[in-house]
Amino acid sequence: MMRLAALAHARSGDKGDTSQISVIAHDPADYPFLAAHLTVERVAAHFGPMIEGPIRRYELPALGALNFVFERALAGGVTRALTLDAHGKCLSGVMLALELPDPQ
Amino acid sequence: MKTIRLGAGAGFAGDRLDPALELAEKGALDYLVFECLAERTIALAHRERLAGRSAGFDPLLPARMRLVLPHLRRPHARGAGFRLITNMGAANPRAAAEETARIARELGLAGLRIAYVLGDDVTEILRAAPPTLPLLDRAGTLADIAPEMVAANAYLGAAGIVDALAQGAEVVITGRVADPALFLAPLVFEFGWDWEDWDRLGQGTVVGHLLECAGQLTGGYFADPPRKEIPGLARLGFPFADVSADGRAVLGKVEGSGGRITLATVKEQLLYEVLDPAAYLQPDVSADFTEVRLEERGPSRIAVSGGRARPPTLKVSVGYRDGFIGEGEISYAGPGAAARAELAAAILRERFAWRGLPFSETRFDVIGRDAVWRAPLPPSLPDPPEVRLRVAARAGTAEAAAEVGREVEALYTNGPAGGGGVRQSVREVIAVASVLIPREWAAPRVAMITA
Repeated sequence: MMRLAALAHARSGDKGDTSQISVIAHDPADYPFLAAHLTVERVAAHFGPMIEGPIRRYELPALGALNFVFERALAGGVTRALTLDAHGKCLSGVMLALELPDPQ
Repeated sequence: MKTIRLGAGAGFAGDRLDPALELAEKGALDYLVFECLAERTIALAHRERLAGRSAGFDPLLPARMRLVLPHLRRPHARGAGFRLITNMGAANPRAAAEETARIARELGLAGLRIAYVLGDDVTEILRAAPPTLPLLDRAGTLADIAPEMVAANAYLGAAGIVDALAQGAEVVITGRVADPALFLAPLVFEFGWDWEDWDRLGQGTVVGHLLECAGQLTGGYFADPPRKEIPGLARLGFPFADVSADGRAVLGKVEGSGGRITLATVKEQLLYEVLDPAAYLQPDVSADFTEVRLEERGPSRIAVSGGRARPPTLKVSVGYRDGFIGEGEISYAGPGAAARAELAAAILRERFAWRGLPFSETRFDVIGRDAVWRAPLPPSLPDPPEVRLRVAARAGTAEAAAEVGREVEALYTNGPAGGGGVRQSVREVIAVASVLIPREWAAPRVAMITA
C-alpha cells in the first residue's frame, strides 16, 4: 500500500456546510490510476463518520484531477461549527493520508 | 494586441498589505482589485454598524488606500496608472467612498473620482419576502431564521462596476458582489464584451476565480516540502493576469517577488471552492472549468472554455444571530499526556451535566491528535509529547457560554496533574444561510463622489 500523497496533491475549500477537496496528479500519467482507485467508496471509508452527507466525485481528465464534494461535512459550516478547523482547510491533509494499492 | 493587466491586491479581509504595495509600485497594472469580503464578513459588518461600533466598511480600508492610492495616477511602462476596484464597502459602501475621498484629498489626489455600488443589501426586501422561501444548504425556510436576521446581501454581478467604470470612476467600491465579478467587470468594460457572450464571460470568470484569492495562486496554501517547494513565502508576491480581448490570459507576478506560479498552483486554485466544475454558478454566467487548458510559457498561459446559460436567480447570504460559542483550552505534557487530557474531558462532561449547564451542543478535542483529524484513527498511536484539550459549547447567552472557559480554568487546581496554559473565549455567532431570489429584487445602483 502507499499513501495518496505519493501520487497527488490536494486543496480543500468550503461552501457552507459542504467541503470540497481537489486531488491532482503530480504526473498527469498517474491520472488513470487515480481515477480507477480513488473511488467514492474508498474515500467514504477513509473519512468515516465525519462526512454525514453524500459524496460526489467529478472527473477532470484535462487537468489530471478529481474533485470530491462532501455534503454535511463541516459540522454546520464555518459560520457556526464548534470544530477547531471550521473551514475544513486541514481536510486536504487527511485526504492525502488515504492508502491506495501499489500501482502494478 | 491590447491586453488588460488585472492585479490581485488581497485575497481576504485580513490579508497582508505589502504585496498590494509591491503590485501598485512595480506591477504596471491597469486595475488593482481587493477582494476582502468572505461569506459572513458582511453580516458581521452590519452588526458592528448597527451597534454603533463602526461605520460598516472594512476596517483595513484606510490602511490599504493610504498605501496604494499614491501610485494610482503614476504613469508606468504599460500606461497611465491603474484604477482600483474593491468590495471593502461591506455593509456601507457610501461611507467607504467618503472615507476614501478624505484620504485622497490628504494625499493630494484632488478630483479623484470614486464610485460606490449599492443594491446588494436586500435585508428589507427579505423581511417582506414570502416566509416560505426555501434555504439552499439545509432544511427549512426563511421563516426559521427571519426573527434573528441581521442582514441579507445578494451576490451582484459585474454590471454595476461596469457602469461605474463607464462613468469614469478611478476607484469603485462595492458591498456584496460575486468575487470573480470584481475582475470580470473591467474586462467587460475594456473589451466591450456582450452580456450574452458566454464564452468570453466564462473565460473572464475563470481569470477572476484564479485571482480572487491572491497569494493562493502564487504558492500560498500550497507549499508542502520537499515535493512542493515554494521559495520566498515570507515575501509572497500576489498575482496579475494579462487578459486579451478573446479572454485568454497570461498569469504572472512582479519580478523578484516571492512565490511561484506553476501548473500545479494554478490547478489547485482553479478547483478551489468549486463544486461541479462544469457549472460554476455566478450571477452573470454559469462557467465550465472542465475544458480549461493550461500551458506553461515562461509565466503560465491559460486558455479557458466558455460559460453557459445565465441563471435566472441571484444568491443571497442571510446573516442571523445564532447564539454564542464558549471555548476553553488547557495543555498537558509528558508520559500519559493524552490520557490526562481525556480524564479532564470526562470531568468536564460530568460537571456540565451535574450543573445542568444549558449547552445545546458540546465538543471535546485533543489538539495534536483528533481536533482536525476527525476521520477514524489507527488503533495504536504513539503517546504524543504534549497535547491540548479544547472544549467548545454552544449556548443561548454569553453568560452561559462563558461557563466553558471557567470550568476549564478550574481544572488548574481541581483536575489532572500538570495542566497549564488555559485560554478562554466567548463569541457571538452570526451564522449564514442562503436563499435564491429573482434578479429584479437586487439591481445595482451606482453613485459617484469626487475627492
